[in-house]
Amino acid sequence: MLSYMLRRVAIMIPTLLVVSVVAFVIIQLPPGDFLSSYVAQLRAEGDEVDMAEIRALEQRYGLGQPIYVQYLKWIIGILLHGDWGQSMEWQKPVKELIWERIGLTMVLSSCTMLLSWLVAIPVGVYSATHQYSIPDYLMTLMSFVGVGTPSFLLALVVMWLALSQLNLSVGGLFSVAYINAPWSLDRFVDMLKHIWIPLLVLGVGSTAGGIRTTRANLLDELNKAYVITARAKGLTEWKVIWKYPVRLALNPFFSTVGWSLARLISGTTLISMVLSLQTTGPLLLRALMSQDMYLAGSFILLLSTLTVIGTLLSDILLAWVDPRIRMAG
Amino acid sequence: MATVEKGWPKDEDKEKEKIYVATQWQLMWWKFRKHKMALVGVFITTILYLVAIFCEFVAPYDPGQFFIKYKLAPPSKIHIRDAEGKFHGPFVYKTIREQDPETLRSIYCEDTETWYPIRSFVHSGEYKMWGRWETHIHLFGLDAPHEEQGVFLLGADRMGRDLFSRLCYGARISLSIGLVGVFLSLFLGILLGGVSGYYGGTVDTVIQRVVEFIRTIPSIPLWMALSAAVPPDWPVVRVYFAITVILSLVGWTWMARVVRGRFLSLREEDFVLAARLVGSSELRIILRHMVPSFLSYIIASLTLSVPGMILAETGLSFIGLGLRPPAISWGVLLQAAQNLRSVALAPWILTPAVAVVITVLSLNFVGDGLRDAADPYSR
Repeated sequence: MLSYMLRRVAIMIPTLLVVSVVAFVIIQLPPGDFLSSYVAQLRAEGDEVDMAEIRALEQRYGLGQPIYVQYLKWIIGILLHGDWGQSMEWQKPVKELIWERIGLTMVLSSCTMLLSWLVAIPVGVYSATHQYSIPDYLMTLMSFVGVGTPSFLLALVVMWLALSQLNLSVGGLFSVAYINAPWSLDRFVDMLKHIWIPLLVLGVGSTAGGIRTTRANLLDELNKAYVITARAKGLTEWKVIWKYPVRLALNPFFSTVGWSLARLISGTTLISMVLSLQTTGPLLLRALMSQDMYLAGSFILLLSTLTVIGTLLSDILLAWVDPRIRMAG
Repeated sequence: MATVEKGWPKDEDKEKEKIYVATQWQLMWWKFRKHKMALVGVFITTILYLVAIFCEFVAPYDPGQFFIKYKLAPPSKIHIRDAEGKFHGPFVYKTIREQDPETLRSIYCEDTETWYPIRSFVHSGEYKMWGRWETHIHLFGLDAPHEEQGVFLLGADRMGRDLFSRLCYGARISLSIGLVGVFLSLFLGILLGGVSGYYGGTVDTVIQRVVEFIRTIPSIPLWMALSAAVPPDWPVVRVYFAITVILSLVGWTWMARVVRGRFLSLREEDFVLAARLVGSSELRIILRHMVPSFLSYIIASLTLSVPGMILAETGLSFIGLGLRPPAISWGVLLQAAQNLRSVALAPWILTPAVAVVITVLSLNFVGDGLRDAADPYSR
């Protein structure tokens, strides 16, 4: 088990390296470098440009030097000093802006994932063991609609219904009083009051997908000889289903955690713009629009890194659940 | 009696014989036919694509034409019988606009005195079919000039443009971006997936790593970053292609996995070995023997990946990073719905969302049916 984990971690390192290169390329994508646009912006606003400050920035980011030097300076700054660069639009270090938003994004995504598993697994198992019954047809139809409806459209409809039917404004993660307040128990409770709508909206799609996966896999397993053996031995039906085939049918859940996490984070990005949540989405969009590239690049780097780590955790989980994988060497 | 039975096969046997001599594609069609939802899906998808192809003809008005009198007008009510119950065929009553004295909002009522019949193949506004042939025949419309009375099947937007016409024109971009994007990713996917599965070894490992890597990056933030780099002053057509390329940069991984999986299992098949033994070239083995046997899988997964592309374009355009007005796509139309107040005032501006969901659902059903039919020899 330990050697398996070590090997997985070793594989992860080059992946993270590539992630960082991609994020850096994104920072470099807009034409011209950010410093000259920054200077131009200062001039346009009629501010005095402090040449010493410009020199210091140039030195710090290695501007004017070859591209790999710039990359190395950037990545070493992050790894050794936790320096994510400067947000030009906010005039603040990037690290002060991102952590809370990244945290909320991850909380939202992982809560949604757990929630959708909690619903999808029992429903999928029921659907498979009662194939072609009326509840099975209903659930299949519902899961099709759930998969086909993009979450940001669902969010729009939910908000519209809440506004027109209940005269309720449902956007945001916090009440107005708590938006900028420091973390406290009250703020947490306030968040719980608001978080269920994005959870619901995000959860529909992944739950629907989960139901379909569980149902399809379990149906495959149920026809196998070992299930007949278990029945012939006289095990209770409950045990026959839940102890063996369900465990196998759930494998794809764990092995695709990484992708579902990536999909959920994507979904969160879009719906948080509709529901105006304090997650990464709106800030990332703003950073991209105003070409605040260090901020945007950091978001991409962090979101991808966290997904890669999530995938690693899921791989370890999979090896723990399924002995065939950890024994394979 | 027994001899007669020997000479004349029973109906059952005839059925069986039909299956034995049927071609692969015939078997697939028989299997596909059983999937009722897939048939419905094919029907709806065909209609949608026909609308997209002939949108100039289907749309009653030019999508950019303003009707100042009809800002945020609700969908026109289509009547068949008039107030006295007399049958006229489909018609609309004359619309009268009044203003709420307090909110200054327009209120639209019907004047049951005057009515305008809806006719098919009417001669109204001129247009150029596919930018080529000048004509002025529309699928349906009113005889009356539009200054006098208009027909808005799905209402009008904030500027008084006919939403149904805009939806038709939007279908052209939204539906085609899915197809073009999928074909781009098909090309990349088959090339890289095929190489990966056919050669195996180090090449395979490297390509699989790349695939896994791309799939672990959250796609929307990546797409956002890439499309934010598209210069805002580019013409519509170029933005369209840039967005498609950006979408397929991520989309090909799915295709590559399918192709690789098929290649890996086919490589071991006897008929591939036989082909190699008689001295066929690699290219001939791939194109002549392997590709036909997984073509059906590719078609199925192609169909299943079109909706993803359509959704991605809608999402990107919705937040303002994809296509931009004056281009018309469903995502661009949905931008109007970002303002919740106008949605509450005029819920019909959400109809592009309905169109998206219907398209995605029916394409999913078709894809599911195709996937089930892809291997007609299994049970």
